[in-house]
Amino acid sequence: MSEERRARIESKLRERLDAAHVEVADESHLHAGHAGAREGGGHFRAVIVSDRFEGKNRVAAQREVYAALEDEMGAHIHALAMTTLTPAQWKEQGGG
Amino acid sequence: MSLPDDTRQRIQSVIDSDRVVLFMKGSRQMPQCGFSAQVVQILDSQLGEYTTVDVLQDPEIRQGIKEFSSWPTIPQLYVGGEFIGGCDILTEMYQAGELSQTLGTA
Repeated sequence: MSEERRARIESKLRERLDAAHVEVADESHLHAGHAGAREGGGHFRAVIVSDRFEGKNRVAAQREVYAALEDEMGAHIHALAMTTLTPAQWKEQGGG
Repeated sequence: MSLPDDTRQRIQSVIDSDRVVLFMKGSRQMPQCGFSAQVVQILDSQLGEYTTVDVLQDPEIRQGIKEFSSWPTIPQLYVGGEFIGGCDILTEMYQAGELSQTLGTA
């Protein structure tokens, strides 16, 4: 169930953001018992690399990610910690 | 989902009431969520006074602020009436040394 959810989030990000690279980790176990966790939504951490973030500030980039996951927010995602990178930024950090 | 006018006006008047306004879960003294706690800790290191709004005490604002900001999670920080971001963005700005500039405390 939780691996299915993690994989679904990852594939939505990859498809909807044309992402060159996506990593999603389910960190829900770190937040067990927390009020948000009791409501059923998971805690996730994501790294997303996409040229859609080119020229966008952090707020605009993260809004794109939230929009891509609109149907997951709330019911399935309580919190999403994210790093958004352009392909060039990712390369600088040693990715690719 | 649409944001009722009176909720929008309430949110706007809170944002207008102080230069730095943090919408969070719990109070500045007792945050009820790790992400809110992290933002309070960062702001406390930069600022003596700022306004916090505990969304857990106010379901209308809790739902309304998400639509107001087009941002689905809490905490949310406003400075000078402008949406700055949530926990990740503030942490990144803090680590990059940009936050004090935004807060005007540099």
